[in-house]
Amino acid sequence: MSMKVGNRQVDGVTIVDCSGRITLGEGSVLLRDTVRELLGKGNKKIVLNLAEVNYIDSSGIGELVSAFTTTKNQGGELKLLNLTKKVNDLLQITKLYTVFDVKDDEAAAVKAFK
Amino acid sequence: MTEQRVSYTLDSSLQTIDSAEEKATRIATELGFGDDEVMQISMAVREGAVNAVLHGNGYAPDKKVTLAFERTGEDLIITIRDQGKGMDLSKIPNPLAPENLLKTSGRGIFLMRSFMDVVEIRPSATGTELKLIKRVHGPTAGGEEASQ
Repeated sequence: MSMKVGNRQVDGVTIVDCSGRITLGEGSVLLRDTVRELLGKGNKKIVLNLAEVNYIDSSGIGELVSAFTTTKNQGGELKLLNLTKKVNDLLQITKLYTVFDVKDDEAAAVKAFK
Repeated sequence: MTEQRVSYTLDSSLQTIDSAEEKATRIATELGFGDDEVMQISMAVREGAVNAVLHGNGYAPDKKVTLAFERTGEDLIITIRDQGKGMDLSKIPNPLAPENLLKTSGRGIFLMRSFMDVVEIRPSATGTELKLIKRVHGPTAGGEEASQ
């Protein structure tokens, strides 16, 4: 299953609902393009909802890091929401869980933006 | 996997990476590994295939990737070879070091080592050979009792 994304606005925060696989190729490119497009339009409060992401490889992990740093470098903030066990485990073993702001409740994620 | 050893010669393409992962998933499942182990094996093979296709062969259409699965008494042995110039293992940074945490690449070998029992990398001027080994765990004592 390839990756799909859909965006929605909640109280000035852009929720990006991701589903499928974030892997080398289409998935990573789609995530990169989506975040860059949002930042280009001035949407700098971003939540990546990964509830339906069932697989991610090292390229996908790299793309999450890239999205995080790109957003931060442009004065924005990016949070992760609803990690599946697989993605959660990967972020734990790569020590990235402490780098990302990870939430498991959408309302709390939206409220957490400054 | 009905035979003890199967091997494939694959192009240096993104499709090869997906194909290698699918083959690993199928074979590991057939050998009776649990869901978590199947995921670990398939992800390790995917990362190995990425290295071979991308970093080894550089997507060159005239260079091939060979992928082999071998079941011995105790182990599932997976070998991935490319035809690149070989990698310099001393230049692979530790992705867990604080200064590397926010790098966008360099986690593939780390993930393979996290998921497999043995990871051997043999670079040479004519390519790199990667050997991944996962122990084939027998049934637990509890499982044996339950089957009696």
